[in-house]
Amino acid sequence: MREPHPKRKNYLGIMGWIWGGNYRIERYLYTLHRVTGLGILLFFLVHLCVTTFFRMQQQSWEAAMEILHNPWFKLGEYLVVLAFAYHSLNGLRLIIQELGFGMGKPAPPIYPYRDSLRKSRRWSMALVGTAALIALVFLYDFLVGG
Amino acid sequence: MKELSSKNITFKIRRYNPEKSNKTHFATFVVPTTRGMTVLDALLYIKENLDSTLAFRTSCRMAICGSCGMLINKYPHLACHTQIEELKTKTVTVEPLPNLPVIKDLVVDLSPLFEKHKLVKPYIIRADRPEMDNPTAEFAQSPEELESFLQFTYCVKCGICISACPTSATDKQFLGPQALAQCYRYCTDSRDDGERERFLLADSENGIWHCHLAGACSDACPKGVDPALAIQLLKRQLVARATNLLGKRELTPLVTPPVHSKPKLPFPQFTVNDKTDAREG
Repeated sequence: MREPHPKRKNYLGIMGWIWGGNYRIERYLYTLHRVTGLGILLFFLVHLCVTTFFRMQQQSWEAAMEILHNPWFKLGEYLVVLAFAYHSLNGLRLIIQELGFGMGKPAPPIYPYRDSLRKSRRWSMALVGTAALIALVFLYDFLVGG
Repeated sequence: MKELSSKNITFKIRRYNPEKSNKTHFATFVVPTTRGMTVLDALLYIKENLDSTLAFRTSCRMAICGSCGMLINKYPHLACHTQIEELKTKTVTVEPLPNLPVIKDLVVDLSPLFEKHKLVKPYIIRADRPEMDNPTAEFAQSPEELESFLQFTYCVKCGICISACPTSATDKQFLGPQALAQCYRYCTDSRDDGERERFLLADSENGIWHCHLAGACSDACPKGVDPALAIQLLKRQLVARATNLLGKRELTPLVTPPVHSKPKLPFPQFTVNDKTDAREG
């Protein structure tokens, strides 16, 4: 491809992923999907490190468990559950919509334009609602169940 | 006639001149605006009255040419299609479109867009080359077949979808929403047989699978083209072909145009007498 005349590079970079600007809800679901994905990855790494203590001395394992009983780690576990709930539900939505299902058919663009994601927003809202419901159920468990 | 009330709006414009400095800065201008005035009108006012060195691209002023795409209040718009009043702010920030190289001030280089557009072969490809060169008949196409891709033909190549796309923000080689939507547009055309050639590109490392359905391209598109829909439908087509779910595609048959056309209708009679009108006027 032809390299343009020396010009200012104007790529948003990672900021382009994070910054949702004035875009609609799907743009924020995208950002949240990435953030929860990274959160789950971090959880797996920590989980792997913690379970290696099991193969060490009993004292190391008990010390690790002591740290994990810290309320901050409990909060972290709660966030991991939320991340799992959201990431899996949104993942399902993406699989379905990326295969062109639930996106509608091409239609002549008549102003005011309504793109396919705006037309199928009820699915996105149902997803957000289900994730919020799961969050509330687990919040009750987190606060009451301990 | 009642005078239109004028309101002063501050325009903060990101300036960049590679001949002077590699860095950008914001220049501030106060523009008297009236109802119905567009951002492009304000830019023209600045160029004519306040600073003639301001560079921006414009042509048709009616959202047809796609020249004046820019980031207005952190959202990609066509400047000619954005009224200042609808922004509902006293300060309007105007910047060049992101994810495209900047030549000067608000002028971006659209050549990466056009190069990628060319890569997807945006023209009808058919196996019967002699028929393409010397047609003997018409390619029949039903209204339903036309509607399956018509929406995607309205693309004005303004680059707004690329500047909205989060994947294009990090992956310079990504084909982008514009080219992929055009890829679907031609692959779906019942007259076209170039699917195999285009699928090689769409299914490549920098192709369709890098789209993660953020939907920002369709949200920002000023012509309602909906590239996100085209890309997801292209994904479905690719999967269906790979799994052989859709079977073999049949090309549109050639149809000889009718030789005898319908009899012409007589020209309607004038209801107003021209001479009488001229005398009265």
